Parts: sequence; structure tokens; C-alpha cells
Amino acid sequence: MRRTLLEGVIHSPLTEAPPERDDAALKELAASLDRAARRRLGRSLSIRQVDAGSCNGCELEIHALNNAFYDLERYGLRFVASPRHADVLMVTGPVTKNMREALERTYNATPDPKWVVAVGACAADGGIFARSYACVGRLSDVIPVDLHIAGCPPSPKALLSGLLALMETMDS
Amino acid sequence: MTLMDRIDGAKVEGHRPWPRVVVDEAGWRAAATELAAGHLTLLGLWGDKGGAQMVVHMAVLDEATAEIAVASIECPQGSFPSVGAVHPPAIRLERAVHDLYGLTPLGLADMRPWLDRGVWGVSRPLGTAERLPPAARPYAFLPTDGESLHQIPVGPVHAGIIEPGHFRFTASGETVVRLEARLGYVHKGIESLMTGAPLDTAARLASRTSGDSTVAYALAFARAAEAALGIEAPSRAIHLRALMAELERLANHFGDIGAICNDASFALMHAQCGILRERVLRAADTCFGHRLMMDRVVPGGVSHDLTDAGAAQLRGLLDEARRVFPRLVKLYDNTASLQDRTAGTGILREDLARQFGVGGCVGRASGRVFDARKRPGYPPYDQLDFAIATFEGGDVNARVWVRIREAEQSLDLVEQILRSMPAGPIKADFQASLKPAEGMALVEAFRGDVLAWLRIDNGCVARCHLRDPSWFQWPLLEAAIEGNIVADFPLCNKSFNCSYSGHDL
Repeated sequence: MRRTLLEGVIHSPLTEAPPERDDAALKELAASLDRAARRRLGRSLSIRQVDAGSCNGCELEIHALNNAFYDLERYGLRFVASPRHADVLMVTGPVTKNMREALERTYNATPDPKWVVAVGACAADGGIFARSYACVGRLSDVIPVDLHIAGCPPSPKALLSGLLALMETMDS
Repeated sequence: MTLMDRIDGAKVEGHRPWPRVVVDEAGWRAAATELAAGHLTLLGLWGDKGGAQMVVHMAVLDEATAEIAVASIECPQGSFPSVGAVHPPAIRLERAVHDLYGLTPLGLADMRPWLDRGVWGVSRPLGTAERLPPAARPYAFLPTDGESLHQIPVGPVHAGIIEPGHFRFTASGETVVRLEARLGYVHKGIESLMTGAPLDTAARLASRTSGDSTVAYALAFARAAEAALGIEAPSRAIHLRALMAELERLANHFGDIGAICNDASFALMHAQCGILRERVLRAADTCFGHRLMMDRVVPGGVSHDLTDAGAAQLRGLLDEARRVFPRLVKLYDNTASLQDRTAGTGILREDLARQFGVGGCVGRASGRVFDARKRPGYPPYDQLDFAIATFEGGDVNARVWVRIREAEQSLDLVEQILRSMPAGPIKADFQASLKPAEGMALVEAFRGDVLAWLRIDNGCVARCHLRDPSWFQWPLLEAAIEGNIVADFPLCNKSFNCSYSGHDL
């Protein structure tokens, strides 16, 4: 254990420079965010992740945000265990009908002001599962969405860019 | 006596590579009796609306000879004799068949819906579908009797970045008396989307059945399709597929070993294993253009070739992992406070593992020696040198050790594959046959054996069933947690790491 800890002290960190801002994502946001709420929140955001029917690919990449390379918490972003503590809901999946009620309840349990980020191709428009009897399809048909992050699944870098854009819009 | 001698019925032509026989009720019951007696292992059970009749198929394995066969029973009355009534591993599969096809397993005591909550707007979506106004139905959990018992409902939205499912604990103080899972929240209707889909679309759907096993699913689907069409992927493609499959196994095992330790509050292992996992994913991205290697395995071969630069990057990855991982293994082995949490926790009995034919780390940590790469086996693993890592303890610790040994072997396998990589094309040209053909495959994912079965007709998928290893693991998690404290559930659950999406389909 000592060697592992020592290496962590003497080697330069693995954590990488923040990604460039994603301007398209910024634009989408600017329209929907309330200025006053942004000021109130400052630069700290608590995120609650909700899987609304994903294949679990998006979850793997959201998980990766916590590893040493991306180190999400350095931006003041952190994942929380309850919607009661959350400012942002990160939702994945084509919203299966079996998950719809739980998603709506989670949204309603999240205090205002709140933002919803639709993660991945499925949450955008149902993706490859859009036509199914078991899926609603578009996340924005169930709860209001503030930002879409594209990809199948989005890379951790794309997720980070989207979340940073969300933060910067809140600050301005 | 071969497996076919024991399943009495009419052999179906054009089902490859293993036989399929249409059996009558007596033949079906006989197969169920063999399963219940432990002479055969259940591989899967699914419905089918092929021709004039609705059919239920059941895939079985003879572990002694590694023979596989499918028994099919026609259901003109909309029912079939329940296998689950005598062989519990079939219960949830039959409940799912009833939800999706409306076929009734006669004699099954537990007829509660499994996937259908009444909110789809349609009932029996794959059978005689009928439009119904959505109306959520209540669900009765199994009753528990006793003094001072209390229930703890958990989920479907959990306190972490994980998939949704509901767990109903009944506890006496801190001790779990019964756990019952309720799944189906992420049912996406994959099997209905498969029906009528062209092969490439169906392959993309298969790749998104369980994202963490995307390579294994794509491989199982491709191998089943190739079996049906009677084609073979070129030798280089076969090696590239195995390379991707082992990278997927490495990424998941590294991630799981770290995550299990994290659930015992040992964050150092989690951080270090997370670095290894990220390095594997980055190497995969460089080599194949996608971190999870989604859609890289396709029917006929693979979509991306490995360049010399890619191979060099993989060798660098091997060097790094071989430098760091042994130290982490030692750290795991020498940390008494960590071992205190994992050793003796969540024990899965060997007889249950055998009865359920449970695959992957869960089975191999409870003494079940089975790995689809060895038996029935598929290329190129017949030319590669590796052993099946098996432990007897059946606890969280044993499941960690199986992962450790398998990760070490996957590193060796990657090296062997790189060394023996033949030159040549990476995809076979083929025409999807217009006449009906059926194919099947069993592929070892990091979680256990994935079964893919399909029928191709008119150049499209007429029916495809994908059976995740989790079907036989979820019920055993309920058995393993019994008598443990509630606080050890996350640890047990992570050491099983079942898929919700792969199970719910």
C-alpha cells in the first residue's frame, strides 16, 4: 500500500486539462436558464443520475467522470444519492414506460431551481428503441429538458463539456 | 447416451450448429424431469410466434458432454407444461413468456407478471397483441411471517450511478430474512424491435442489450447469424473479435474489483482500478474507434481493423497493467480490514450454483467449472492457452479472486492473440438467405454465458432471443444475501454485478 500511495505523491497527477466549451450546447442552454437561479447556485452543482431505460453504456461513461483522469469534483460538480439534494438530473435511456412514473416522481422530488440534462442518443429521441411499445422515446415528452449531450454513449469528455457549459451559463 | 437420445421428438432441419427437436407434452415433461434431476442444465426458455402455432423453446446443456439442444413444444391451446414447477430456474423465464406471449405455463405456482406492469398500452405484445388502456397494477411481494420483522423497500431509483430495480428486504433487526427483487423497469421491447429488422439493425440492437457486454452480445448475435446462414468470419476477424472480447472483460473486471472494494469503503483500490479501466477503454478507442467497442463486431466479421500502431498501444497497455495490477492484488490480499468485509460474506452454495447453471464469476466462485470459451468453445480460444479460474468459497472474496485470475488471464490472452494475429480480410461477404434458417450461439461475456438464438427469414430477423447470464444470477443473489446484514447488501450485489438491462430486455 505504501508504494501505491507514495507513487501517487511523487508522480504528476493523471487529471487532464478541462475540455473546450461546447458552443452548441451553450446555445441550447442560454435560452432556457433562469439568470437569478444561476446566481443563487454559484459554482457548485449536485447531480442525481436517473437511468430511465438505458442499456447501461451511458452509466459506464458517467461513472468514468469520477476517475482520476476526469476528476469531476474539481469543478464543484458531484453526484448525490437523493433527488432532494440535487440541482441537476442527468437522465439516460429511451424512458421505458415501466420507468416513467419513477422518473416523474424523482423529478418532482427535486427542489427548484433544477435543470435536466438528457444524456445520450436514447434520451434525445428514443434512439434505436424509439418505435417500441415499451418506450416513451423522447425524454422531453416526459419532463422539461435543458440540455442534450449527444453520443452512444457520450464519451466522458463530451459529458464534461456539456456539464461545464451548463455551469458557465449559470454563472454569466 | 447422447443428449439427443434423451430428448424424444422430430428434428428440425436448418437449425445450426446444435439440434432442435419438436417434442410433444411427454417429451417436454421428460426434459423438465432431467433438468430437475440435475442431469441437464437450463440455458434458456423463450416464446416464438413462428408459423401457424405459437411455440415455446427450451435450450438445455449436458455439462458432462458439453452437448446442447433445443426442445420446442407447440402450444395450440395457448399453454404448455410448466418447467418452473419442477425446476425453479425456469420460473422467471416462464413468467416473462406469459407476459410477452400470453402462453400459460400450466402448473406454475407463481403467476405474477414479471415484466408487464400494465402500462405498455398493449398486452401480450409478442403474441396475440391486444391494445389496452394503460393502468398500473399493484404487485404482491411474497409474504413473510415472524415476530418483529420489518420491510425495507429500495429502488427503483438507487443512491448511485446504477440501473433501476426494486429490492424488497425483510429484516429481523439487521439480518436479512428475505430479499425479493422486482425487475423489468428497463424493459425496452428489444425482442419486438428485432422482429422484422434487417441484420445490421438487429446487430445494433443486440449490441445495446447490455452496454457493458456490448462486444459479447454483438459476438453472440453475429455467431448465431453466421450459424444460420452457414458462413464463417475470416480468421483475422475471429482473432480481432477475441481481442475485443478480452479487452471488454479486462475493463469490466478492473472496474468491478475496484467497485467491490469501494463498497467496503476501501477507496484506494477503487481509484487505482479505475485508472486501469480507463486505460483499457482509451486503448480500445484508439484501436477500434469506440471506447466500449460498440458495433465493432458485425455479422460476417468486424468493422474495424487493427493497425500496427494500435497493436503497439495494446502492448503498452499490457506492460502498464502487468506493472500495476500485481501490486493491487497484493494490496487486496494483505488488507485485513477489507478481507474482513469480503471473506465469508454473501455465500452462494455450490448446489444452488449448479442447479441454476449459473455462469460467470458467480458460478466459478462457487465451484461450477464452466466457461463457454472452453465448452462448447468457439474459435480462436481452441488455439489459445488459458485455464478456467475456479474457487470454492462462494463468498464475495471468492468472486473477487475469480475476477483477479481472469483479468490476469485476459492480459495473457491479449498477448497471445496479438502474437498469433493472422493477416487477411476482416469481413466475409454474404447474402442474408431468403429461406428460413435458424442459428444459435453461446458466448462468454465478462458476466457469464450469453445465449443468442435467431431465425432469419426473407433476409430479415424473424425472431431473435437473447438470454443474459443475469437471468440465473438475480435469483441466487436473493439466496446469497439471506442471513447477512442489510449493510452488506451493496457489497454482495456488486460482487454479483448482474445486468438489469440485459435481463429486462
